[in-house]
Amino acid sequence: MSVVLEAQQLTSVRAGRTLFSDLSWQLAAGEILHIEGPNGAGKSTLLRIVAGLLQPLEGNVLLFGQPQREDPEHWQRQTLFIGHKPAVKAELTALENLQFQSRLDGVTLDDPWQLLETVGLLGLEDIPAQQLSAGQQRRIALARLFYSQAKLWILDEPFTALDTRGIDLLHQRFAEHLEHGGALLLTSHQPLTWSGERLQRLRIEAADE
Amino acid sequence: MNNASTWQLISCIMRRDLAVALRRRSDIINPLLFVVIVVTLFPLAVGPGPDILGRIATGVIWVAALLSALLGSERLFRDDFLDGSLEQLVLLPAPLPALALGKIIVHWLLSGLPLVILAPLCALLLKLPVDAWGVLMLTLLVGTPMLSAMTAVGAALTVSLGRGGALLSLLLLPLFIPLLIFAAAAVESTLVGTSAYGQVLLLAGLMLLTLTLAPLAVAAAIRVSVN
Repeated sequence: MSVVLEAQQLTSVRAGRTLFSDLSWQLAAGEILHIEGPNGAGKSTLLRIVAGLLQPLEGNVLLFGQPQREDPEHWQRQTLFIGHKPAVKAELTALENLQFQSRLDGVTLDDPWQLLETVGLLGLEDIPAQQLSAGQQRRIALARLFYSQAKLWILDEPFTALDTRGIDLLHQRFAEHLEHGGALLLTSHQPLTWSGERLQRLRIEAADE
Repeated sequence: MNNASTWQLISCIMRRDLAVALRRRSDIINPLLFVVIVVTLFPLAVGPGPDILGRIATGVIWVAALLSALLGSERLFRDDFLDGSLEQLVLLPAPLPALALGKIIVHWLLSGLPLVILAPLCALLLKLPVDAWGVLMLTLLVGTPMLSAMTAVGAALTVSLGRGGALLSLLLLPLFIPLLIFAAAAVESTLVGTSAYGQVLLLAGLMLLTLTLAPLAVAAAIRVSVN
C-alpha cells in the first residue's frame, strides 16, 4: 500500500506546554488513523498541523512524499479539513451553503437535491441554517464528504451532535472513501465501530511538566 | 482533488459574502443612516447659516464617513471567524491576499459605494456649494476603498480578541488622518476656485498603495488569528 501521509518527528508547544514531541507515524491509502487522548492532549493541534493551519515547532508532514511547506497550495487541493466549527453560514439556507461550499471545493453539483437527501436535509433546504439544530448544521458541513475527491480527509470530532443514523451514514461514507484509496485522519471520543487492520490508533498524552 | 482556479474561488467567496450581507440589510443601512443623522445634527448645533455650514460641510461629511466605517468594521471577519469559515478560507488553494482583496471589494461595495451615492444628499443638507459636489464625490470614490482596506487590516488583527471594538477604533482613526487632510484640501481648493487635480491624484495614489499592501497585511493577520 502506498503511503499517503507521513509525519516525521513532530513536536508542538502551545502556550509554553509541550503537547507532543518526536511524534512519527505513517498512514497508507485505505487506512484510518484514529487519534485518541484526553481533553487538551493536543489532538486538534495535531490535526490543524496536518491541515496546514499551524506550523509544528519541529518536524515535517509529508503528503505522497512531498513536504507540506514546499507547495501548500498543492497540499490544500488534496486534503479536506473539517474542524470543530462547521463553517456553515447561518444566514444562508442549507441548499445555498452546499452550493457555495461545493464551488469552493472545485466541484460542480449535478444534483444538489440528491445530496440533500443523502445527508437527510431534504425538506429543510429553504430554512436559514441558524434555525436548524446543531446536528443538522453538522450535516450541512459533513455533506462535503459526499462529493469530495480529496485523497486525505482530516476530521476533528466529526460525530459531534450527530444522531445514530447520522453516525452510521458517516461510517458508510468512510468505508467508500477507503475503498477508493483515500486515507482518513480523525479524532473522536466516541468508539469507532471499525475493526480490522485498516484502523490504526495513536494515543497522545500531554506531557506533564 | 480541488481544481478550482484562483479566480473561481475569489468570485465564489465574493458572491457568498454578498449573499450573506443581503440577508442582513440592516448592517448595510445602519451606517448610512448614521451618516445622515450626524450630518443633520450639525445645522442644529452650529446654526443654519449657509456660510458656516458650507465651510464645514466637507469636514463633517468626511468625519461622519470615517466614523460610520468603524461602526460595522468589527463584523468584517467576526462571523467568519466564529463559524469556522475563516480557517476554511486559509485552506483554500488560492493565495490568501487575493481572497482578502475580494473580501475588501465586497465590503467597499456595501459600505463605501452607497456613501458616494449618498454624498449629494449630505452636501445638500449642509449647503455645500454645488460646484464642489463633484469633487466631494470624487474624493469619496477614491477615499472609501482605502477606508475598507484599512478597516479590513484592523478587523483581521483584532478578530480573535473577542471584544476588539474600541481598540479597533483607536487603531484605525489615526491611520485615516492623511485621507481626511487630502480629501478636505481637494474640496477646499475647488471652493476657492483652484484645481483639485493634485489632491485627488494624491488620494488615488494612496488608494492604489493601500489596496496593494493591505491584502498582504490582512492575509498575515488572518493566519495569526486562526492559530
